[in-house]
Amino acid sequence: MTRFVKSPKDVATGLLLIVTAAFFAWQGADLPMGRAIKMGPGYFPMVLAGLLAFFGLIVLVGGLTSGAAQGEPINVRRWPWRALILVSVAVTVFGVGIRPFGLGPAMGLAVFISSLASHRFTFGSGVAMALVMVAFSWAVFIKGLGLPLPMLGPWLGGY
Amino acid sequence: MEIFDNLALGFSVAFSFQNLIYCFIGVLLGTLIGVLPGLGPVPTIAMLLPITFGLPPVAALIMLAGIYYGAQYGGSTTAILINLPGESSSVVTAIDGYQMARQGRAGAALATAALGSFFAGSVATFLLAVFAPPLSDLALKFGPPEYFALMVLGLVASVALASGSVIKALAMVVLGILLGLSGQDVYTGTPRFTFDILELADGIEFVALAMGVFGIGEIIRNLEDEHSRTVMVQKVKGLLLSKDDIKRIIGPVVRGTFLGSFLGILPGGGAVLSSFAAYSIEKRISRYPARFGKGAIEGVAAPESANNAGAQTSFIPMLTLGIPSNPVMALMIGALIIQGIVPGPNVVSEQPDLFWGIVASMWIGNFMLVVLNLPLIGVWVRLLTVPYHILFPLIVGFCCIGVYSVNNNEFSVYTMALFGFIGYVLVKLDCEPAPLLLGFIIGPMLEEYLRRAMLISRGDPTVFFTRPISATMLGLAVFALAVVLLPSVRRKREEAFKE
Repeated sequence: MTRFVKSPKDVATGLLLIVTAAFFAWQGADLPMGRAIKMGPGYFPMVLAGLLAFFGLIVLVGGLTSGAAQGEPINVRRWPWRALILVSVAVTVFGVGIRPFGLGPAMGLAVFISSLASHRFTFGSGVAMALVMVAFSWAVFIKGLGLPLPMLGPWLGGY
Repeated sequence: MEIFDNLALGFSVAFSFQNLIYCFIGVLLGTLIGVLPGLGPVPTIAMLLPITFGLPPVAALIMLAGIYYGAQYGGSTTAILINLPGESSSVVTAIDGYQMARQGRAGAALATAALGSFFAGSVATFLLAVFAPPLSDLALKFGPPEYFALMVLGLVASVALASGSVIKALAMVVLGILLGLSGQDVYTGTPRFTFDILELADGIEFVALAMGVFGIGEIIRNLEDEHSRTVMVQKVKGLLLSKDDIKRIIGPVVRGTFLGSFLGILPGGGAVLSSFAAYSIEKRISRYPARFGKGAIEGVAAPESANNAGAQTSFIPMLTLGIPSNPVMALMIGALIIQGIVPGPNVVSEQPDLFWGIVASMWIGNFMLVVLNLPLIGVWVRLLTVPYHILFPLIVGFCCIGVYSVNNNEFSVYTMALFGFIGYVLVKLDCEPAPLLLGFIIGPMLEEYLRRAMLISRGDPTVFFTRPISATMLGLAVFALAVVLLPSVRRKREEAFKE
């Protein structure tokens, strides 16, 4: 199998592109196509999905046959999963928290959680950065730029 | 002498107290964030975009343009001092610049970069002033087929001039266009690719996409090799250039400026290609090519002038045609649209104060960069030593509030998180995200002009080839694609991008 697949990276890319193209084609299948003279909303996306699948196929075939240049494997295990998950969670927490809890808590939590993604994380520095950023966003975004955001949201007694 | 009247108008706008301040803040913030390792112009602009929303359009654009050259300039500083180019256009600067720094000539390298950039910026600004109005007059004669052809050419050129696999870059463009089609169909209002999510009715938020891919994705990538990121910076001294230095840089600066100015106008060319090209030309014509790579001052002067000139002239297609030639210009277009201005050939004639104000502010911004940067270099050097584990949580915080405040919508924040992941995966698969962003911005326009052109021609696709301008542009696009796909050129191209 490994000898058959010359460049795992390209094979994965090709497959991913084809799946994406199929997804767009499937989602766009219900849209009216129209005719060349009066294209419907589905015409252009369908052409593009076909094009994307075509490019995906070229990359896939290239990865199976040649691909000497980039023959390195995609080492999913060595991906920075900790950073990927923690940074995404931090951003999501900000989104969930901003309305009910307000800018201060949402910002503090987001900064603290993302600081956990570093190998050099210490509790003290995480808290310190969170506090600095909360103070900074209060001064710049609320006082300075006047963004219409409460520091404390309705769930914490703000407005 | 209409051009002088225009420039006078521009300077009168740009020299207003308010605009000078915004230009200054932009240049300062741009440098500040651009100096931080791992943050190039795109994430810098994306992060700071929201703070310009409350400003009047002219001030907002002046500030964003200032952020742009500030960030680019900051990228050269990191390239020279710690061999860590903030963005791809400083990659070549790092080769000789870092060697100079190791030989204790960091000051001379920084001064060369600053002066070369200033000269290039001044010339390119003048060229912009000369060529933009006739170009926009020409563009006003464009019909839908010409616009369509131009955009295709732009997208193809951006692919052809990018590094890496051509097919993957093409796929990224197409994927970008598909993502850009999400939302309502322009003619019928039919929702497309919205997955019945209310927030997607107007399409995917552009700032969220850009910041996810270039901000969050970049952070995750930097955390990958966290252990190898240690920064050592020496003291910088000797900012004055010797007579011999000056003699050696004049040629490279002038050549770099003109090369950069020309390549910058090309869609997709911009700063990156011009710095690579300028470096290799200097190396080829130099009497002492062996010096290059070992701290040749020409190797700093040429690419720095070229990339600044290219950065400046890449505003030409954006301002006159409404077509972005690189991701930074795509962000600028995003900013214009948020300000309620539809970029295109009409901007020059209908909003002369906006157009000429921006042009004039570019010159002022470049001047400020020189004045601001050389004396303050000590401050920037200190910034370089901020460890990444302190930096990145703050950047995450800025990205969050920036994206959220675009339209007070938490959905944009989730979109950013998703595209952070997607951006990381794409980079891991050697797919460049820049063409995706260009496709995303151009996609809806491309579709609209295609549909209009087909309506006019009554469904006859030959319309694109029977009209001379459109046929020429499509011919060029096909030619460019054919050239980069030729095996022999492909090998050369790979070599060229391997420094």
